[in-house]
Amino acid sequence: MILHELIDYETLRLIWWVLLGVLLIAFAVTDGFDMGVGTLLPFVARSDVERRVVINTIGPVWEGNQVWLVLGGGAIFAAWPPLYAVSFSGFYLAMFIVLAALILRPVGFKYRSKRDSAKWRTMWDWALFIGGAVPALIFGVAVGNVLQGVPFRLTDELMPIYDGTLFGLLNPYALLCGVLSVCMLVMHGGAWLGLKADGVVADRARLYGAFGAVGVIVLFAVNGVLLALFVDGYRFTSEVDPLGPSNPLFSEVTREGASWLDNYADNPWMLIAPALGFLGALGALIGLRRGVEGLTFLSSKLSVVGVISTVGLSMFPFILPSSIDPRSSLTVWDSSSSHQTLFIMLMCVVIFLPLVLAYTAWVYKVLWGKVTEDSVREHSDQVY
Amino acid sequence: MELDVVSLSRLQFAMTALYHFLFVPLTLGLSVLVAIMESVYVMTDRPIWRQMTKFWGTLFGINFVLGVATGLTMEFQFGMNWSYYSHYVGDIFGAPLAIEGLMAFFLEATFVGLFFFGWDKLSKVGHLVTAWMVAIGSNLSALWILIANGWMQNPVGAVFNPETMRMEVESFFEVLFNEVAQAKFVHTVSAGYVTASIFVLGVSAFYMLRNRHIDLAKRSMTVAASFGLASALSVIVLGDESGYTATTHQQMKLAAIEGMWETEEAPAPFNLIGVPDQEARETRYTVQVPWILGLIATRSLTEEVPGINDLVAEAEERIRDGLIAYDALVQIRALGRGAEVPDALRAQFDEHGGDLGYAYLLRPYVDDPRDATDAQIEQAAWDTVPMVGPLFWSFRIMVGLGFFFLILTAYFFWKTSFTRFRIPRYALWVAFLSIPLPWVAAELGWFVAEYGRQPWIIEGVLPTAIAVSELGITDLLITLAGFVALYSALFVVEVWLMVKYVRKGPYLDQEAVDAFAQARADVFHLPYGGGDRPTTGAPAE
Repeated sequence: MILHELIDYETLRLIWWVLLGVLLIAFAVTDGFDMGVGTLLPFVARSDVERRVVINTIGPVWEGNQVWLVLGGGAIFAAWPPLYAVSFSGFYLAMFIVLAALILRPVGFKYRSKRDSAKWRTMWDWALFIGGAVPALIFGVAVGNVLQGVPFRLTDELMPIYDGTLFGLLNPYALLCGVLSVCMLVMHGGAWLGLKADGVVADRARLYGAFGAVGVIVLFAVNGVLLALFVDGYRFTSEVDPLGPSNPLFSEVTREGASWLDNYADNPWMLIAPALGFLGALGALIGLRRGVEGLTFLSSKLSVVGVISTVGLSMFPFILPSSIDPRSSLTVWDSSSSHQTLFIMLMCVVIFLPLVLAYTAWVYKVLWGKVTEDSVREHSDQVY
Repeated sequence: MELDVVSLSRLQFAMTALYHFLFVPLTLGLSVLVAIMESVYVMTDRPIWRQMTKFWGTLFGINFVLGVATGLTMEFQFGMNWSYYSHYVGDIFGAPLAIEGLMAFFLEATFVGLFFFGWDKLSKVGHLVTAWMVAIGSNLSALWILIANGWMQNPVGAVFNPETMRMEVESFFEVLFNEVAQAKFVHTVSAGYVTASIFVLGVSAFYMLRNRHIDLAKRSMTVAASFGLASALSVIVLGDESGYTATTHQQMKLAAIEGMWETEEAPAPFNLIGVPDQEARETRYTVQVPWILGLIATRSLTEEVPGINDLVAEAEERIRDGLIAYDALVQIRALGRGAEVPDALRAQFDEHGGDLGYAYLLRPYVDDPRDATDAQIEQAAWDTVPMVGPLFWSFRIMVGLGFFFLILTAYFFWKTSFTRFRIPRYALWVAFLSIPLPWVAAELGWFVAEYGRQPWIIEGVLPTAIAVSELGITDLLITLAGFVALYSALFVVEVWLMVKYVRKGPYLDQEAVDAFAQARADVFHLPYGGGDRPTTGAPAE
């Protein structure tokens, strides 16, 4: 079959790099507000009925949102197998903590209201808090580590060997990224609750969301300064063939002084991404204080898009640099699937992604409207 | 078992997969049963069917979330614990997983929220569509997962690429229409339908024994018995198809299941029971049925089914063949990147490359397989024999249960359809007590399929022992303990909630029932209050 030659290997790799970003962004934009809402749950809602309002704003949709994470995992496996192999085995214990936290979430939603006991419900409230806050923090920490380079190397047979520890992940720069991630999702969750909840719950959510937005602006700026001055970047020192086989060891890479921001000097249009990160957060902040719900949620989405795109664009063409053996670093040009697999997967995306977006939009439309304390009381045995 | 990385990784995978598979079969089947019940509701407008949809839907929901929660582990576990596997076959294996998310899981997960929250927000037909989307989504999900798993059993449509040191897809079409995958898909999905049918049957029987919710119980039982009968037939027929595909693709698995050490003259007899002895390499005290194995496995009277000893001899040859491929591979790679590979070397690799994986069977003994002694090669060849005893018995229990389900559902089909529910109490008790049995059969089925493939993670291509991540024992013990603790706690909560909601019984929407009876009375000029009024009152709690 030569159908896949219709699109050359280099273009397909580029498309899949963009799709990787799109999937991660879609996860952060949709399930991101679920995690933000989980994080905010104990703070914005105090009585049982308030908590149920908060939970039911995301009750019908979180499950579909979470599929972006599952799809992200599957797509990384299919399109970037070395990335899938290295990152999840390298961040082994961190990943286990994320999974354990995320496992608590579905159960928390479904089982919380199935028993009329304060103790039982408080227990699940904390489960939902952990299921929101812990992954938000760890995903940010992971990104912080990726930006600095991760201690792994590939053997001649391309077996990944990881040389770090769980505590090694918790360095100051990575923690900063983790806190930025939490702020971002708190802002986003606050914006969502402002839109979907009402009364005192929505008011509190707007306040915490505003704190989150301020956090995003400050920490994103600090992060930029650190990237410009202190965090080492990586660069190819040999020719790399964008059409060549996916073997990272075929090219030479070196680690050098803070060079991650060089891409912006070479391609000024890329500055749209960080600008969006800032302006979105600013828009969200203004919207949250003024109570303009539509603007708030849209701005907060754009901020998430901007922040995540900034990470990807700064590192391009690197995806996962290696700090102990730069040659092993995974890049867009040498760590993808085969030409044919990328093509087939792209066809699947072209066919199914529009369908997914269409029915997801329809479901959100059906569920349109605020969740109120009265509506929760009225349908007490149907809602969460 | 030794506490090494490979054993612990296998233990963790088996534990998380078996646990995930506690929830999957019921999701597969109950989603369809609920959608069928709602279809009846939409067509007949009778409130009892709406009540049934809601009641079984609630139980479906309690089960479903744990399937989702534990499925997350499965999605990332290949990368976490099996990183060399992920690198080596991600080009093929990753695709069905990604498509599963895109095509199936999205459908299922997006609509499941609407199923529970959309009763007042959607039209009747709109809600019915939602129910079917959930059912179709979960079943499609199974299709893609089994295409991935089928490829592990029968890795078609892929070749090894020396430059990237991995398997790469050659024909996606072959991966998709892999006969092993297709047979497994229908077998597994039917097993899910049987599980849900026996579950609904058993719970309905419980209500009849207690004389509660009789209207709901009778109708549910009718649906479950007929659906279950068709599914039980399908499980058995497609299980046979799975066995038949194993004859061509996984002869060792078949021989191990049969405990057949020597190749028997065709048509081979079937060992009904026996005591396999791994060390003595024989199966003692067998009770044989002549001809049956030959007929099932080859569907002919003349074809032979090879025994374990002959297959080991064949494996030894393939290891030696694999060593030639391995040697060629090392030489090709030594030439460096982009270098012209001499034709002779290329030909050497192409000719023997299919057995490359067999050379890797020597890795547990020597770093460079070419240094292996004859004794080590012989030992590695014997490693291709899985533990016969557990497979032999698991298979027989699974098949026995399959036939039991056939009899049980056929009996209830007859009773519900032709005898006006004159069912003796002991039969109801049997149905109720049978509830856990489909799970036993399903878990054993997983065990036979996966354990029977050992020592391979990808049959004939990649040994399990070299597929693992480079992890520390401590890391593995931490996560294993963590999963055991978390999963056990959730299991207790889940079962407790299931029991609570079964005992509580259906939520009775008296207004809707009255309105329907009133409407019917108006149309047919009947005295008000007749017809569909439930015979039993509110739940006991």
